[in-house]
Amino acid sequence: MPIIPQASSAAGRVDSVFLFIFVLCAVFLVLLTAALIYFVIKYNRKRHPRAVDIEGNKWVETVWTIVPTILFLMMFVYGWTDFRYMREVPREAMVIEVTGRQWAWSFKYPNGKQSTELILAVDKPVKLVLRSADVIHGFFIPAFRIKEDVVPGKENYTWFSPTQLGSFDIECTVICGVSHANMLGKAVVVPVDEFKEWYFGDETVPTPGRTIPTLPPEIAAHPAVNVLNQRFCLTCHSFDGSPLVGPSFKGIYATTQTVLDSKGNAREIVVDDDYLVRAIQDPAADILKGYPPSMPKTSLSEDELAQVVDFIKNLK
Amino acid sequence: MSYLTEGRRKGIRSWILSTDHKRIGVLYLVSMVSLFFIAVLIGVLMRIEQLTIETPMFEPQTYNAFFTVHGVIMIFMFVLPGLPAVFGNFFLPIMIGAKDVSFPRLNLLSWYFFIAGTGLVVASLFTGAGPPDTGWTFYAPFSLTSGTNVSLGVFGAFVLGFSSILTGLNFITTIHRLRAPGMKWHRMPLFAWSLYGTAWIQVLATPIIGITLLLVIAERLFGIGVFDPAKGGDPLLYQHLFWIYSHPAVYIMILPAMGAITEIIPTFARKTIFGYKAIAYSSLAIAFLGSLVWGHHMFTSGMSEKANLVFSLLTFIVAVPSAIKVFNWTATLYKGSIEVRPPMLYALTFVFLFAIGGLTGLMQGALAVNVQLHDTYFIVGHFHYVMFGGTGMGFFAALLYWFPKMFGKTYNEKIAVFAWVPIFIGFNMLYFAMLVLGYMGMPRRYFTHLPQYRTGHIIASIGGFILAVGLVMFFANLVVALKRGRKAEQNPWGGVTLEWKIPTPPPLENFSIIPRIDDRPYRFNPEGS
Repeated sequence: MPIIPQASSAAGRVDSVFLFIFVLCAVFLVLLTAALIYFVIKYNRKRHPRAVDIEGNKWVETVWTIVPTILFLMMFVYGWTDFRYMREVPREAMVIEVTGRQWAWSFKYPNGKQSTELILAVDKPVKLVLRSADVIHGFFIPAFRIKEDVVPGKENYTWFSPTQLGSFDIECTVICGVSHANMLGKAVVVPVDEFKEWYFGDETVPTPGRTIPTLPPEIAAHPAVNVLNQRFCLTCHSFDGSPLVGPSFKGIYATTQTVLDSKGNAREIVVDDDYLVRAIQDPAADILKGYPPSMPKTSLSEDELAQVVDFIKNLK
Repeated sequence: MSYLTEGRRKGIRSWILSTDHKRIGVLYLVSMVSLFFIAVLIGVLMRIEQLTIETPMFEPQTYNAFFTVHGVIMIFMFVLPGLPAVFGNFFLPIMIGAKDVSFPRLNLLSWYFFIAGTGLVVASLFTGAGPPDTGWTFYAPFSLTSGTNVSLGVFGAFVLGFSSILTGLNFITTIHRLRAPGMKWHRMPLFAWSLYGTAWIQVLATPIIGITLLLVIAERLFGIGVFDPAKGGDPLLYQHLFWIYSHPAVYIMILPAMGAITEIIPTFARKTIFGYKAIAYSSLAIAFLGSLVWGHHMFTSGMSEKANLVFSLLTFIVAVPSAIKVFNWTATLYKGSIEVRPPMLYALTFVFLFAIGGLTGLMQGALAVNVQLHDTYFIVGHFHYVMFGGTGMGFFAALLYWFPKMFGKTYNEKIAVFAWVPIFIGFNMLYFAMLVLGYMGMPRRYFTHLPQYRTGHIIASIGGFILAVGLVMFFANLVVALKRGRKAEQNPWGGVTLEWKIPTPPPLENFSIIPRIDDRPYRFNPEGS
């Protein structure tokens, strides 16, 4: 199946099971369709005005019960065997912790290094331990043929060994909110030396979340920026006035806005300290009109809350 | 005189207060076809969105509402109740020689539940914080935290469940108690057998989804924490409970369509069905085994490996009775005297498309392959082949087959065949493209897509538009027939089951004298073979 690269140890196995079933199915479908068309033509009423009643045939019926049963069981066994391989993690696999949250992936390596891209060494097995910070996500790398749900309150895993250098798409497969389709990432497979250089390199550990946009120093120094980044607020809210999934932080303070409460009733409010606190702690209570009701409840400490409110107040 | 003209009441009240099983069938038909077209329209809008991803026509939130509402309407209001509620209500009593179902008033009540549930779902679109955006599966905990109007939508689905349960209860009782004298179990038409298997699933499985949906509402309103991991709940429990109903529900959807096909093929082949008992009992086998395979929706959820093993094995086993039915339909054509008129054309199309649906199901049943296919467009393509290519096409075939009997009018057969062309071509472009996209890794429920999926999406969208044109032609033809169609004969296709032996359209209580049955159904050549 060369329609997508086979870039991991699992890929060839998945494709071979698929191919086995596909060929059997294709043969069956061609035979079935041929039989339908042939009978319809051969026994057309013009050519064959008088039907012959056949109520059944024990032998034929036995054969067409047993043969498919055997074929189906073969498919089952083949699928199961390779699935076993995909669930049995080799001992030398490096464990990488994956966290999915609305709507980004982050990766933490055994030495504490964190990244928003999954950096991998070619031909080295990795075990991904999957956790969710909010709702269910699905971790999927099509080119590697691996997928596992990321379930809150549960630790799932998957493993593979990347076999091709390059950059491959990571996709979320379980509907998780308005930006589900943007919950994408990259798995970057590099040669072992390059991986070591990155892994043991002494550059500062990148914080998870989106890269912080370049900000004037007086803003960037504000303690709230770090809070906003760590809590993934910046996935949906910008500093520069451009609306993303949610409204921009810039210039919103003290403006008059229309909000919809949870019953959909509209009313006017002024964006003040109280509103900002409520918007963080209980976002569904009053949703700014024109934006989706998709912000998760976020619990910040008193200090953090005060910092964030202060920051938004002063971002003009 | 027919059921369309007789009766105590006049006007609209003669319909919405009628306890006549035939009028109730027609009420369902009209409500469902309207809902079907709303959902088709939403489907078209989704395909437009995928064509215009650079300058999107709709907001992401709107798209998420689209696929949720499309799914809820199609599943809960069209495909699931479709054939039993319309053709089951109309023809089951006639086919077994009864004057009505066992509980006619309960039957009318079930239609009111259907309308009430539909009303609630529709209300959820225009009230509160907007239409639900969770997908029709309402997976927790997202359905618990989503700010949209999930509670009301879910409550609508809960009410719809009662319609399903009451219909099932009615059919079981009717089949047990009201068969005409001499109609032994093995003399029942196979459509009745398929409804019997279906009815048991409706009665036994629907309460489970009912209580599950109530739990979702209770969790949203009172935070009871059954499914929310933050409160010690288990989100996988929701998935188990949801699929314990919703997988058997797939068989509620497909079995009656198989039953209708089993009526149509012998009629147009002038020949008795091949393997009557095999078909009858495979319906029951499917109903039973189909109740044990729900876990195949959860192979990547992190369920135990033993559970994965067992559910995969059972999934392959339930494929056996389905395969047997396909063989039986094909063998029925052998040495028949076949005439391909519109109902037969759509019935044969059903066999072909359902076969693709079933075969792609085998691919997903294999554990290793499922890892790649789960939650991608492959799944979307697969279940549209089964639900639309199967149940939908079965519904169309049944409608073309029984329309003259139901309304006493003939439709234009040429246009019915002509509409088949865009339906068939558009259908395969749309859903086969989805199968390929899915294997390439296109996830479902994305309002946009990555560049490598572009070509596939363009083909799918064009196919979708062609399909929609075909559907409009198909139904426009029938609407015109209602107004201007010629009067239909009593038995236009030469069928031999009981509905063809009474006047067209049927009289109010079907039979003036209840017939005696002394032979098997499908005796087209009584003087021997």
